[in-house]
Amino acid sequence: MVDWEMTDNTLLQIRNVSKCYAGLGESRAVLRDVSLDLQAGESIALTGESGSGKSTLLHLVGALDYYDSGEIEIDGTSLTNLNDSARSELRRNTVSLVFQQFNLVPSLNVAQNISLHARLANRVDLTWITSLTSRLGLTELGDRYPEQLSGGQQQRVAIGRALAVRPKLLLADEPTGNLDEIASSAVMDLMLKLVRESGAALFLVTHSVQVANQLDRRVHLSAGKIA
Amino acid sequence: MNAKFFLTALFLCLPVTASTQGFAGLGTNAKGFAIPQRGAVLSFPEDHGSHPNFRIEWWYLTANLKGDDGLDYGVQWTLFRSALRPGSEDGWSSPQLWMGHAGLTTPTHQFFAERLARGGIGQAGVTAEPFMAWIDNWEMTGVRPALQHLDLKASGADFAYDLDMSTQGQQLVLHGDNGYSVKSAGGQASYYYSQPHYQITGTLILPNGPVAVTGQGWLDREWSSQPLAEDQSGWDWFSLSFDSGDKLMGFVLRGASADFTSGSWISADGTITALQPGDFQALALKHSDVSRRSIPTEWKITLPTQELSVVIQAVNEQSWMGTSFPYWEGPVTISGSHTGRGYLEMTGYE
Amino acid sequence: MKRAALGALLSHWWRHRLQLITLLTGLALATGLWSAVQAINGEAKASYDLATSKMGARQNETLVPKAGFIPLSRYVELRRSGWRLSPVLEGHWPQNTGSLRLIGVDLLSHPTFSNIAKNSTSGSSYSLDALNSQGQLFLNPKTLKQLTVQVDLPPIVQSDQIPIDVVLGDISLVERLLQRPGQITRLIILPEQPLGLHPLEDLAPELQLQSYDAGQISRLTDSFHLNLTAFGLLSFAVGLFIVHGSVGLGIEQRRGLFRTLRAMGVPLHLLTVLLLSELLLIAIVAGSAGLVLGYLIAAALLPDVSATLSGLYGATVEGSLNLRPGWLISGIAMAVVGTLIASTQAITNIYKMPLLAAPGLQARAQAASNQQYGIAVLGLGLIASGTASMLVFDGLIAGFALLAGVMLGTALMLPLLLSWVLTLGLRNARSALGEWIWADMRAQLPGISLALMALLLALATNIGVGTMVSSFRLTFLGWMDQRLSAELYVTAKDEEQAQKFVLWLVGRDVTVLPIRWSEVPFHETKLRIYGVLDDPTYREKWPMLQAQDGAWDRVSNGTAVIINEQLARRRNLWPGDDLNLTSSWKMTVVGVYSDYGNPHEQAIVTLPVLLLHADNVPNLRFGLRLPPSSVQNLIKEVQQEADFEGITLVDQNDLKARSLAVFDRTFVVTGALNLLTLGVAGFAILTSLLTLWNMRLPQLAPIWALGITRRQLAWLELWRSLALAALTAILALPLGLLLAWVLLSIINVEAFGWKLPMYLFPLDWLRLLLLALVAAAIAAAIPARKLALIKPSDLLKVFAHER
Ligand SMILES: Nc1ncnc2c1ncn2[C@@H]1O[C@H](COP(=O)(O)OP(=O)(O)O)[C@@H](O)[C@H]1O
Ligand SMILES: [Mg+2]
Repeated sequence: MVDWEMTDNTLLQIRNVSKCYAGLGESRAVLRDVSLDLQAGESIALTGESGSGKSTLLHLVGALDYYDSGEIEIDGTSLTNLNDSARSELRRNTVSLVFQQFNLVPSLNVAQNISLHARLANRVDLTWITSLTSRLGLTELGDRYPEQLSGGQQQRVAIGRALAVRPKLLLADEPTGNLDEIASSAVMDLMLKLVRESGAALFLVTHSVQVANQLDRRVHLSAGKIA
Repeated sequence: MNAKFFLTALFLCLPVTASTQGFAGLGTNAKGFAIPQRGAVLSFPEDHGSHPNFRIEWWYLTANLKGDDGLDYGVQWTLFRSALRPGSEDGWSSPQLWMGHAGLTTPTHQFFAERLARGGIGQAGVTAEPFMAWIDNWEMTGVRPALQHLDLKASGADFAYDLDMSTQGQQLVLHGDNGYSVKSAGGQASYYYSQPHYQITGTLILPNGPVAVTGQGWLDREWSSQPLAEDQSGWDWFSLSFDSGDKLMGFVLRGASADFTSGSWISADGTITALQPGDFQALALKHSDVSRRSIPTEWKITLPTQELSVVIQAVNEQSWMGTSFPYWEGPVTISGSHTGRGYLEMTGYE
Repeated sequence: MKRAALGALLSHWWRHRLQLITLLTGLALATGLWSAVQAINGEAKASYDLATSKMGARQNETLVPKAGFIPLSRYVELRRSGWRLSPVLEGHWPQNTGSLRLIGVDLLSHPTFSNIAKNSTSGSSYSLDALNSQGQLFLNPKTLKQLTVQVDLPPIVQSDQIPIDVVLGDISLVERLLQRPGQITRLIILPEQPLGLHPLEDLAPELQLQSYDAGQISRLTDSFHLNLTAFGLLSFAVGLFIVHGSVGLGIEQRRGLFRTLRAMGVPLHLLTVLLLSELLLIAIVAGSAGLVLGYLIAAALLPDVSATLSGLYGATVEGSLNLRPGWLISGIAMAVVGTLIASTQAITNIYKMPLLAAPGLQARAQAASNQQYGIAVLGLGLIASGTASMLVFDGLIAGFALLAGVMLGTALMLPLLLSWVLTLGLRNARSALGEWIWADMRAQLPGISLALMALLLALATNIGVGTMVSSFRLTFLGWMDQRLSAELYVTAKDEEQAQKFVLWLVGRDVTVLPIRWSEVPFHETKLRIYGVLDDPTYREKWPMLQAQDGAWDRVSNGTAVIINEQLARRRNLWPGDDLNLTSSWKMTVVGVYSDYGNPHEQAIVTLPVLLLHADNVPNLRFGLRLPPSSVQNLIKEVQQEADFEGITLVDQNDLKARSLAVFDRTFVVTGALNLLTLGVAGFAILTSLLTLWNMRLPQLAPIWALGITRRQLAWLELWRSLALAALTAILALPLGLLLAWVLLSIINVEAFGWKLPMYLFPLDWLRLLLLALVAAAIAAAIPARKLALIKPSDLLKVFAHER
């Protein structure tokens, strides 16, 4: 670790992180020596070919998976040697995730889904949630269940749920990958706007150059290395 | 007058309302049963046997013993008879019920046992000639002439004794008016005689092993159909043998309004003086806690006619017979104007 | 966090209420059946204990004579030697219908008589009135109506401390009523004995020591209760299959939810704890409902159980049910433990579930198939160990171990067997649709196989128990025809009346067959010996199982004895063996006869021989042979004679009808539990199909898209369910027959002392198959209806949500 790289505002530090998946026989390096910083409120687009390791990197940052070497630090806390409950706490309070497959809770309605993460973190800000819901155009749909929504609507709920807790860092893995083009750009625009408003930093995996260009920075991953 | 409680067995059946009917139902009336008559002449050996037409009867032996270990011991052996109806019958239908009590008192411990039996089947009974009183394997067996020589046996779960008792041919003591002993101012009475002159040798079986003993014994015989007046709740009975050779039997029947006292003075030369009501005085000096009751275990006895004034002390204050009808019975020591040993029985302490 | 997470978890059940209800109902049914059986057993045991303690013989050992009775003089001798004993004289006191146990005790020495008297209706006035010349009889208020003999009875004192069917009195009175003066049946050894006693063996070598408490009642009834318990466990097991299925599904369906919650920061241990609490809550709710259900079932069945117990074993169970804390706790505990057992697998899966990477569907199918093999191997192991237990243990335990092993083992092998059958079907399918149907059925198998296992168990039990009961009934009917061969059965009030009656019959073309017996002590129990007069009736009709040539000749010339099957099996005595009836009376066994419905050992000799060896052989009962047409006339004539007042006449048909009623009542409980178990299994199928429904849409949508109508799909769905149920029912048949065989040839012999031939009842099987199909059809009807009526858009969604 080198001193000068640290600044007061650094939210995420990824340093020399490598990750292998144990394959049949030999093990395969998915990420090799990846280093990256993210300031608070900053947004980064992560691009790369399918299978280049983008999702893997995002999962490591979201403390959903474990790296083999290097170090990731979020908000001053190193993920190395963190136990399950500390990792859970980090996910609950600091980081939010939006997935390609929405991952809504089918047995909860829209309103309940949106507030779920905030309630789990015990940080319910009703004004913020109400405004979020209305900005996402979901006010009318509060009573509906996920199965009664279109894909675009479902992903808006997922975005609302992730932002409702006011995370410092939002991790989004191809959030519009399952949507058609029109829905996709509408949802993306809305998400970027809301992220900016909420002041969260954004780490977004995307295929779209157009989307990537809207963010502060752009990083390209190729065969597990940052180009 | 160890008239006790008799018949526990009887009482099993009678509603036990001791306050109005006396200790153990002894105060109930005697319908259909024979009643003691003044002037009747007792006849021996027949009267050593049982009298099935009278409601209650007992053969009651107490003994003051000294062990070869130097300790004082007391032994009690009692056979009660109680009749549901007058008369005898063979088999289970016999109206006669029998109850045995055996007690053994050491200075620190009281052992006792109880036996019940139905009459008519041979499990318990008394024959006059040859003399034998028994219930289960407890026996008081006489060797002719009757009552001159007795063999006495009893055993319980934690004790047993076997005593050999003999007199030097002394006469029986007939209490009251030639054996007619009045028990209340209202005239209730019983037939009552004693043989107080037994010399004893024998063996006690105690948890720690056998103890050889010697000493003296006193046999009481009494039968009646209604020995207590209705308001009499119990009695204190004393049989005292003085070192002078004199003996005293005295009792206090505790009544609701007045106590009734009586007894006999048996002088060393064999003369018997029946005591008049009031002659015999007993005053409780000290009470002890016995089986959650307060019971007098030290007495002052006075008999002015014999210039007697003595203090009676229990050898073991806890001489409690926890039988169906519980009472206190145990050996005592005598000090004061006269010295000696004796037995004390107290009933009706609730 | 906890509340929000728990809320999210529980919201699943709110959205899937039907699933929740089925889960709760399944668990409640299982707990209900189990606790009903427990309640019945508990009540019966409590009744026996009470009866024993009422008789004051709980801890006390008794002395009984090796032969005959104990003379009074022996009692007195033993007392005089110091032994503290209490005498008891006991005998049967004939009443107009049946007899009462008349027990005489010495009121002074009996260990608990005073308690009985104290609690009597006459309150404190119990007294030695009972020792008066007139005496008193003590009995339970419920016994009063059975006291029908019209002799001069002493005053009656009622006390509920006295067991039903027992009359207690002082021995002086009882020896008179039983006409057995000076006799004693047994001596209770009182707890406290004095020092220095001589051993009883030396004092009274002709008496033997007996622990009364471990007496026959409990040994005999134990087997009945074991039967019930086995049934209860079986229904519980069937219930657990449901719970396992529903809980597993409930967890499976929420895998995504668990991942999402974990991704939002719910720690793994909290998630596990929450899931366990959820299950605990479900278990407690369902368990409580089950207890209520169990109580109701038990209350409904108890009267029949007590009838069974008194009919078969002579044990009395009072007909009312009490709530026992132990029972409540064990019921809930059973529900909780059962739920936990049923869900361990699901919970461990969750605990091990990776946060990421859902395993592919293909992999899961592979795992299911591997599991199928694993389970089948386990099943094979169970069958093997069940069979092996026959070699290791004997008797009842071996029988039940064999049953448990084979039944559970076969159930576990069911999925593999079915999948083989389906694969076979798939290979032979001609059309594309047929192929799809077979393949789809096979794919459906893992989801529904638990329910099918439950169905298999329930059906097999039904076939097995049904075959047993029907075989028994058939045998019993035939046996009754032989055994109850006299046209009229007569019981006289007393011996004098009996003599008059026999004289009166002379010249009326009636053959009189005296029914006289005596009971002698025999191997710590009693042996009833009948004395009969030679008559063609016996020679032709008596239900012999085995007999030597000329058996009846040898019986009637007084050299031989015939015995009942119970005696033969228990003591292993068969024709040709010698039997010691008492210490001084030995005879050769020449025949064995069947004697159903009687728990006790029994022998028959010729009457003169019996009278020679036994006293107290009352002569009160007769069988009368006469032309059936004159039966009614004779009855009328007898009723008109003043001398014959109080005489009881029962005609053969009456007696048969009554016996059959008792028999049928005996199996009401079995039948009811049987049916309930089948109900539970039907419910299991319903549950599985309903819960599978949602998962099946994605599989159905493509077929629909290929041009099969929804109606067709619905019918297919129904047929599929019927086919699976039918396959299961066919597999259940051999299993059920095996069960029947074990019940008839092993369990029955141990429990009742008789072996029964096995009859087959194909019509019953057909009925059962239909019942299973109906259950399956009803279960499939709801999802099928849903399918037939589903909106096309719902099917389309499957495509819209390509996952
Ligand atoms: N759980 C896993 N086990 C084994 N290999 C994996 C696993 N997850 C991802 N991979 C492999 O790691 C590589 C990177 O995958 P991923 O990060 O998902 O790529 P991207 O998101 O860029 O498409 C791919 O080759 C993928 O097959
Ligand atoms: Mg990816």
